[in-house]
Amino acid sequence: MSAVAVDGVWKFYGDYPALRDIRLDAEPGACLALIGRNGAGKTTLLRILAGFSRPGRGAVRIFGQSPRETETRRRIGFIGHGISVYDELSAQENLTLFARLYGMPNPRRTALEWLERTGLERVASGLVREFSRGMRQRLAVARAFLHRPSVLFLDEPFTALDDRAIAVLQRLLREGLAEGKTIVMSTHQLREALELASHVALLNRGKVAFAGPCTPEMVANPGYVYERYGEN
Amino acid sequence: MGFFRQALVIMVKDLRAEIRTKEAINASLAFALVILLLFSFAFENSDDSMKDNLGGLLWIVFAFAGTLVLNRSFARELPNDCLDALVAAPISGAALFLGKALANYVLVMAVELISLPVFGIFYDVHWARQFPELFLVLALGTWGLTIIGTMSSALTVNIRLREVMLPMLTYPILVPALLGAMQLTSPLVAGKPIGPETETWLKMLVGFDAIYTAVSLFLVETILVS
Repeated sequence: MSAVAVDGVWKFYGDYPALRDIRLDAEPGACLALIGRNGAGKTTLLRILAGFSRPGRGAVRIFGQSPRETETRRRIGFIGHGISVYDELSAQENLTLFARLYGMPNPRRTALEWLERTGLERVASGLVREFSRGMRQRLAVARAFLHRPSVLFLDEPFTALDDRAIAVLQRLLREGLAEGKTIVMSTHQLREALELASHVALLNRGKVAFAGPCTPEMVANPGYVYERYGEN
Repeated sequence: MGFFRQALVIMVKDLRAEIRTKEAINASLAFALVILLLFSFAFENSDDSMKDNLGGLLWIVFAFAGTLVLNRSFARELPNDCLDALVAAPISGAALFLGKALANYVLVMAVELISLPVFGIFYDVHWARQFPELFLVLALGTWGLTIIGTMSSALTVNIRLREVMLPMLTYPILVPALLGAMQLTSPLVAGKPIGPETETWLKMLVGFDAIYTAVSLFLVETILVS
């Protein structure tokens, strides 16, 4: 069974089709890099995969289930454009809140463990609004990973990250792949993404222009997919 | 984690955030007190016909002040895209909605209970004489306001003019509940108990709350996932 299966998905904003008949699969343990120019439909597709939005036509299945099933949501981790943590709460309160919502057995201990893993243990009780941008991003990474999801949807995860946050995220993603997690990430940072990716899908104006395994040519020349399959 | 525990976690989160910032409660309370003060200048306290309408005045103030709290309810989730994280979490949309409605209810009730003694002073009424019955009407009327307002907050969260849209959506639906609350409150603040002639309004208020709570809990998932 595919970890992520996208079957003929269309999404309309008014009359405009943002996604057109998207068909993609990701096997368990795969890392799929979604690439494409701005407005190609990467974020729209990721939002549908994560269950934030419904497709106009077609279906999405995560391990054979709808992404809106409660048990499926337990298996999904998401990092979007925003950090999705509360400025008025402390780092520990934020992580404890999400550990509770995900039904973790010991929410406080889980929160402390992830604060340590992301190097934020010394500011555990500090309010997020007082954090630097890099610290907020590491907290967002901890929030997305703390319930040990089996599938991760990451929307431009390396954009605007500082060096330390990139290192933390790359380490967690490598560990995740080693544990058999499935990752689908949209990105413009081809070099970082292709180092991790096992598969690549190029979206062009809402359509899949290319989908296949990540080849040595792509890793050697991150612009290769655009040059060969993309619009010039 | 059960449904009510999920709702409780959301309620505690919202209340904690509001207690730290105090942005909604300060605005709402200040608004309620200023309007009560201004109306007290506009009306003659010794006029008996005016005293018969004090319930109406009180509920207009509560409804306007309440929307300042309700406007913040889902809008609070917009910075940092926190709503995405809540929608992604394995909790039902109904539990998320109920948690937010409960937090709003606590805040709106707090504004109302602080405003009542001030209302008593400005309008020279002994509002505490029928306090248990008045509290019951406040509790039922406020739940109606909160449930409709929280639903409107969810509906308008992604609209740029949500501060304008929320009252436009909330007040027309709220008319029966406001009418009932006004009819019940006017005699109560004048020291008269709920009699057989006003009892129907109480039943209507209970029915309104029950129906709109059920409808909102049923529909909210569709609203949150577009």
